[in-house]
Amino acid sequence: MIDWIAIFSNAAQELISPTTAAYALAALGLAIHFGYTGLLNFGQAGFMALGAYGFAISTLSFGFPVWASVLVGVGASVIFALILGIPTLRLRADYLAIVTIAAAEILRLVFTTNTFDSLTGSASGLQGYKGGFADLNPIPPGTYGFGPFTYNAYDWWIRIVGWTLVIVFALLTWLIIRSPWGRVIKGIREDEDAVRALGKNVYSYKMQSLILGGVYGTLAGMIFVLPRAVVPANYQTSLTFFIYAILLLGGAATILGPIVGSMIFWVLLSFFSGFMARAVEAGWFPFMTQVQAGQLRFILVGIAIMLIVVFRPQGIFGNKKELAFVK
Amino acid sequence: MSSDVTPTSKPVKSTGLHVGEAGPGVRKVDPILTADSVKRTFGGLTAVDVAHVEIPRGAITALIGPNGAGKTTFFNLLTGFDKPDEGSWEFDGRSLAHVPAYRVARMGLIRTFQLTKALGLLTVMDNMKLGAKGQGGENLFRSVLPFLWRKQEDEIEEKAVELLTRFKLDTKREDYAASLSGGQRKLLEMARALMSDPTLVMLDEPMAGVNPALTQSLLEHILDLKSQGMSVLFVEHDMHMVRHIADWVIVMAEGKIVAEGDPHTVMQDPAVIDAYLGAHHDTDIGIDTEHVEVLKELIDDEQ
Ligand SMILES: Nc1ncnc2c1ncn2[C@@H]1O[C@H](COP(=O)(O)OP(=O)(O)OP(=O)(O)O)[C@@H](O)[C@H]1O
Ligand SMILES: [Mg+2]
Repeated sequence: MIDWIAIFSNAAQELISPTTAAYALAALGLAIHFGYTGLLNFGQAGFMALGAYGFAISTLSFGFPVWASVLVGVGASVIFALILGIPTLRLRADYLAIVTIAAAEILRLVFTTNTFDSLTGSASGLQGYKGGFADLNPIPPGTYGFGPFTYNAYDWWIRIVGWTLVIVFALLTWLIIRSPWGRVIKGIREDEDAVRALGKNVYSYKMQSLILGGVYGTLAGMIFVLPRAVVPANYQTSLTFFIYAILLLGGAATILGPIVGSMIFWVLLSFFSGFMARAVEAGWFPFMTQVQAGQLRFILVGIAIMLIVVFRPQGIFGNKKELAFVK
Repeated sequence: MSSDVTPTSKPVKSTGLHVGEAGPGVRKVDPILTADSVKRTFGGLTAVDVAHVEIPRGAITALIGPNGAGKTTFFNLLTGFDKPDEGSWEFDGRSLAHVPAYRVARMGLIRTFQLTKALGLLTVMDNMKLGAKGQGGENLFRSVLPFLWRKQEDEIEEKAVELLTRFKLDTKREDYAASLSGGQRKLLEMARALMSDPTLVMLDEPMAGVNPALTQSLLEHILDLKSQGMSVLFVEHDMHMVRHIADWVIVMAEGKIVAEGDPHTVMQDPAVIDAYLGAHHDTDIGIDTEHVEVLKELIDDEQ
């Protein structure tokens, strides 16, 4: 017999989980890059890794307070964006894609290698950096909530901080996109030479967009490691692709899209894996092992992305009118 | 096509623009743009090799020449969209060599493109607003504080509405530019260029693909620019239009300036006939029908 209640309540928990918030914020950064400016950043996982390691290393190795650790992570990602952008943003769009995917992998390998073990913890990663953040928690110890949403004080604290960040950055994005600044970057997405001919410093705008969206990714990387440890294997290229999946699901040039997209993505993923695991256990799929069932969910993600791109390329929140003019 | 155009009134031509006898590279009384030994090669091909040319201020100058003469390449070089192998050029007395395209535009030299560049997924209104310069809200930090740029935005919108009305696009202001017809996009691109109050407007084939009815209004818009004190340099293949609105004509062939003069005298220059037939026309299999057309128009012109 399958425990449907457990499957549904696990899935429902993903709605407000800190991981969902982290992916939403990272996808919002990609919306600025890809959806609004037309920059093909395939290295969002690298920006997230810089957030995670920047925060953890500053805290563990240098004893920095929370705010300083956050600043270190953000500073590192600004430098990373500059290194990526300076040589490539003058070139055709595809070069940025190649360079970002490679640079993110290089970062991950640097964090994995034994050479810097004392700082990075190499393949086993880092933990024990949450003390400062937990100390800031104003919620008295105890258990709060109802039904599936019952958590202790720390778990509520990371959810509140995570989602507050998502909301603040969604509002910020909304403000800048509807401003003249947003008009310029949307113009660049359409045709950068035309924008250049109107007297805008296209290179500088692309750089600003790359840095800004990258900083979103970095903050997302920090939220991501609050409920877990920092492990280098989490920052593979597949992380970037999941974030792209979320972005396309919600709508690339939208603000609610990345947020709701992340919720749908995680609820469905949890539902599928919960269902498959229990169904295999119950003997519904005798031809399949537990391990295979675990892999199946990623195949489903792949199929889902293909279906979205084919049948609803503008995403859930995308403007249908835009689609009438596929370039 | 062009013969359908019936000029409503004969525009007033500016005269006395040059000093001395008209010819390639002749000096102008008041040049707004001058270029010296500007050369651009693509591999073995010399696309542009201009020894000296001056564009008169406050006048409409036509740049004509057969396909592949180097007109668009010359435009790209002058506006910073391409870099020459050598040469120097000045706009309003300031050197433009090594000045990036966006800065050239800020100096007041605005160009349009032969292949229209309307920003498809922006509305017509946003396209227009993008053309305005010195916008405070285009700064990332100020963009988050709308009260800092709201007033300027309203002024820009007002100006955009005025221009759109002039170009008969005001009913389309909330539509995506991608939904406009080819000719309407040409109009939009030109209107957008005017948002920045340029001093020199460079139009690359503004009339290409525009129907005769719209052509007439486009011609009037170009004449309008002159009456507002702007200088215009435009590339055009239709000789009737060139004759109708240009005060001065510069003829390019194989990258070089081969003739200059007012629209009537320049047509009599044998170099122009040569340019359109090509120096080696006798070795060609046949004469391009387009060239025959052009020549007919030239000769018509003088009758
Ligand atoms: N990017 C490029 N690479 C190689 N050759 C080029 C390039 N751009 C232009 N050319 C060559 O330079 C020459 C001049 O081209 P250009 O576009 O300036 O001609 P044009 O006078 O504008 O012609 P048209 O009237 O057909 O628009 C042509 O022979 C063209 O093939
Ligand atoms: Mg051309």
